[in-house]
Amino acid sequence: MCGIVGLFLKDKALEPKLGSMLTDMLVTMTDRGPDSAGIAIYGSDVDSKVKLTIQSDNPDIDFENLDKDLSNATNAQVTLSTKDTHAVLEISHTRINDVRTALTELRPNVRIMSTGDIIEIYKEVGLPKDVAERFDIASMSGTHGIGHTRMATESAITTMGAHPFSTGSDQCLVHNGSLSNHNSLRRKLKREGMTFETENDTEVGAAYLSHKMQNGSNLGEALESSLEDLDGFFTFVVGTKDGFGVVRDPIACKPAVMAETDQYVAFGSEYRALVNLPGIEDAKVWEPEPATVYFWSH
Amino acid sequence: MQTLDMASTELREVNSTLQSQKADTNQRTWEIINPKGSHAIACGLDGPIEVTVRGSTGYYCAGMNKEATVNIDGSAGPGVAENMMSGKVIIEGDASQYAGATGHGGLLVIKGNASSRCGISMKGIDIVVHGNIGHMSAFMAQSGNLVVLGDAGDALGDSCYEARFFVRGKVKSLGADCEEKEMRPEHIEILKDLLERSGADAKPEEFTRYGSARTLYNFDVDNASAY
Repeated sequence: MCGIVGLFLKDKALEPKLGSMLTDMLVTMTDRGPDSAGIAIYGSDVDSKVKLTIQSDNPDIDFENLDKDLSNATNAQVTLSTKDTHAVLEISHTRINDVRTALTELRPNVRIMSTGDIIEIYKEVGLPKDVAERFDIASMSGTHGIGHTRMATESAITTMGAHPFSTGSDQCLVHNGSLSNHNSLRRKLKREGMTFETENDTEVGAAYLSHKMQNGSNLGEALESSLEDLDGFFTFVVGTKDGFGVVRDPIACKPAVMAETDQYVAFGSEYRALVNLPGIEDAKVWEPEPATVYFWSH
Repeated sequence: MQTLDMASTELREVNSTLQSQKADTNQRTWEIINPKGSHAIACGLDGPIEVTVRGSTGYYCAGMNKEATVNIDGSAGPGVAENMMSGKVIIEGDASQYAGATGHGGLLVIKGNASSRCGISMKGIDIVVHGNIGHMSAFMAQSGNLVVLGDAGDALGDSCYEARFFVRGKVKSLGADCEEKEMRPEHIEILKDLLERSGADAKPEEFTRYGSARTLYNFDVDNASAY
């Protein structure tokens, strides 16, 4: 099954509540997938800094003095803020590549969840309520965010197999469904220089869209071409730095409900996820059409 | 009117209360408040009661309905009125996929749009949709009537048997073995009755009838070598 929620805010006054609204929506979807949960939050832009969200199974060891160790190794200014198994590093744009290289050498077991100007991704094995609490998602503010709760079908229940998947700067994707041509597509994308962390089908979907966007497509165009090139069942919700998109395969058996008001655009696998949003009684509520791309941008 | 508040009453209690109302009940009118998109509301009803759900519902609302009238004052999630036997289900808003699936009897009225697979494998139910319906609607429909005041999506009536489909608007494409059919006086009568009973503002003469070409489910001796 899997459960997806997404929220794209139009009203700045709601931004401080993004994390709590999204957490509430995701917890409602718990019984669609109890295996793992994850949330991507698009927060504030820190001047000319890149955010690197990292994860470790041994955070006490790996994150201790990590900022100092990276600074010493690269002479770059690095700030570190830890949250349970995850941490966010802030580095200047010009030094990001050096720091990434140093990170791989200094802490080989640390995994990169996301990189970008504003995106942070937190995901772990467990129920949405527990995962959201571990990372205190409810206190986070932002402009848009995406959440996912997973019922694993085709690859292992691990932190790296949890959604959202991020394969490009400030990009992320969550998926309900299963892709059937992901192995051949992964081989093709590898030849084009894309890298993969898992055997997961959704990661291939994410990399496919990132690859399209690296080659000049905007989010809408990338989603449009996914309808041609991806085979299988999918309802995708995608985030970029300033955009939010939704697409369903032509068979559209994976559920989706959307709501729009002057304040927000919201996505839920079921209407239940949307019932506590402000003004939902008067929102435009609809089911996204099959094989139709929807996207919004700030 | 009896009120069941889902903010304070468990779904099982709501349903068992409604299911225990049989033919001789004096409590004939019920409302359910705070449904908040919950699943399986008002399922398996078995008596001549009228239930109004004040809000939108999740999966499988009013499934297996017998004799009861269920009004949904909102939109319905997937599988509304699935396997209905008799009675009436009326949805003020839209219905998600496979509305009225496998229904044996009764009347399902959707005042908004229905999405994909509306009336899939219908077995005698009558469905009237005031808006449009999605793709693969009435797939393998066996009997009953599907009336659509708006348009129908791709592959209407694919592999259907003896169900009738009446569409006022455009049909994007017909499914395998489904074809346009002549509208005879008896069809006008059936349609007139259904439009009246579902409060639809349309004239029977505006509709086109579709049904099975009967080439798929009858044995053709020319295909004998394939078996």
